[in-house]
Amino acid sequence: MEAEPMIIAPHNIEQLREEFPLLHQKVNGSPLIYLDNAATTQKPLYVIESITNYYTGYNANIHRGVHHLANLATDAFEKARNKVKRFISASTDSEIIFTSGTTDAINLVAQTFGKSTLQKGDEILLSVMEHHSNIVPWQMVAESTGAKIRVIPITSSGEWDLSALDTLIGERTRIVAVNHVSNALGTINPVKILIDKAHIAGAKVLIDGAQAIAHIPVHVGYLDCDFYCFSGHKMYGPTGTGVLYGKKELLEMMPPYRGGGEMIETVSFENTTFNRLPHKFEAGTPNIEGVIALGAAIEFIEQLGWEWMNEQEELLLQAATEMLHSIEGVKIYGTSKHKVPVVSFLAEGIHPYDLGTLLDKQGIAVRTGHHCTQPLWDWYKISGTLRASFSVYNNLEEIGIFKQALLKAISLLK
Amino acid sequence: MKMGIEEKQQEVIDEFGVFSDWMQKYEYIIELGKELPLIDEKYKTDDHLIRGCQSRVWLNAAMDESGVILFTADSDAIITKGLIALVIRVLSGEKPTDIVGADLHFVKDIGLQEHLSPTRSNGLASMIKQMKIYALAMGRLPA
Repeated sequence: MEAEPMIIAPHNIEQLREEFPLLHQKVNGSPLIYLDNAATTQKPLYVIESITNYYTGYNANIHRGVHHLANLATDAFEKARNKVKRFISASTDSEIIFTSGTTDAINLVAQTFGKSTLQKGDEILLSVMEHHSNIVPWQMVAESTGAKIRVIPITSSGEWDLSALDTLIGERTRIVAVNHVSNALGTINPVKILIDKAHIAGAKVLIDGAQAIAHIPVHVGYLDCDFYCFSGHKMYGPTGTGVLYGKKELLEMMPPYRGGGEMIETVSFENTTFNRLPHKFEAGTPNIEGVIALGAAIEFIEQLGWEWMNEQEELLLQAATEMLHSIEGVKIYGTSKHKVPVVSFLAEGIHPYDLGTLLDKQGIAVRTGHHCTQPLWDWYKISGTLRASFSVYNNLEEIGIFKQALLKAISLLK
Repeated sequence: MKMGIEEKQQEVIDEFGVFSDWMQKYEYIIELGKELPLIDEKYKTDDHLIRGCQSRVWLNAAMDESGVILFTADSDAIITKGLIALVIRVLSGEKPTDIVGADLHFVKDIGLQEHLSPTRSNGLASMIKQMKIYALAMGRLPA
């Protein structure tokens, strides 16, 4: 008889909150209300314990070890790769490259695929709402190759202006790099439309999925994107982990990124040959416990299930949006119909830093500032916002307390 | 008799001693921040801007004929502005050598040291550093 599967992600908010030990603390005398989930999510016990289990049970360096522990560690590491492959519906494990995060993954593609294929006058297409991590690596490669950067404009609701695509995508477009979900606005972008248009023009597409991966199911096969990048720490996993998905034929033709152990087949001073995928791009000892814990985070999400998660998150987004609309002088930035639970806002005449400081005094963690999207705020002609971002363990009671705290802070600052 | 840096710090500490919770403290800081503009508009230029990540601070320093430095400053964030008002009250009108050597312990004593942490990026810590740099440079000028 098969044992009942362990409950690691209960479908009850109060029980679910028990799985996140960090949430149960006071900040400045008030119970913590953590609304900075777009920056990083908190970690469930199942993920935390997977790290402890690794270090207390089978820590060893992976691959090529003949001993027992090395086999256990290698097996767990490669199983995590297989979980990622299933999670995003890639075709083979060798399309999954472990990186230190989304930023690292984008830099990898820019410095290998970008540098080896871009020529003077070629174009890289980004959007106004990109995170600096999906702008700067492309500026660096544009600088060294003579390629040009073009930018998809947005509408006032914080969505791509799709009418501009036909003039922006042309025969010189080589790479399109955009986010799936905006970290600053919460907009879920219609990436499939863009991917198809880019492919017709012969361009390759990289999707920055950092903000999407914890909120919407990602199917790279359906999207048909050429690269997809995300971070473990934004999906209940540990920091220092990330994934680059790439189509196998592209990864095969790309030159290696970093040199070192693991990524080679044979080394001599005259000639070194490189290892096969995915190891070609994984030089040095990887973040073994992190990758294993990322696999645990995927199990956690799978047990919660997209349907339940999306229902909770939609409830939170609606409640937070209505709450902010009910406060006079508060304006929300990013009003697309398709959003993850992120609300970016300003209170009239009040600096975000002041409001953020007084919310912190009441135990509420939000983010203030430019959220690493300065070009986006230049477009809106403001310097930044306050951003409250929610996760499955937030509840409506917290939104009520958040409202009272906001009203108190605004009355102090007015 | 004119108060020195230490006496002025003690005065601020005593003022804050009457507040029993964070709200009263911040209400007072916000009031300080709302008081008259602290800097002449002509100095609110990039030359006088101290770049904090989140709130911007403008600072100007001038030496008067008696050899003391007069600081004026402003910020776009009101809490930062209130904190600036306190720092200026303590350091403005002092001799360059006293400013350079000043230990601004009052910020910690009134429970606001978190605002000096570089991670707050509110420009306050950079402003104090810049005030000391001005004092160091102006102290070397011929009298």
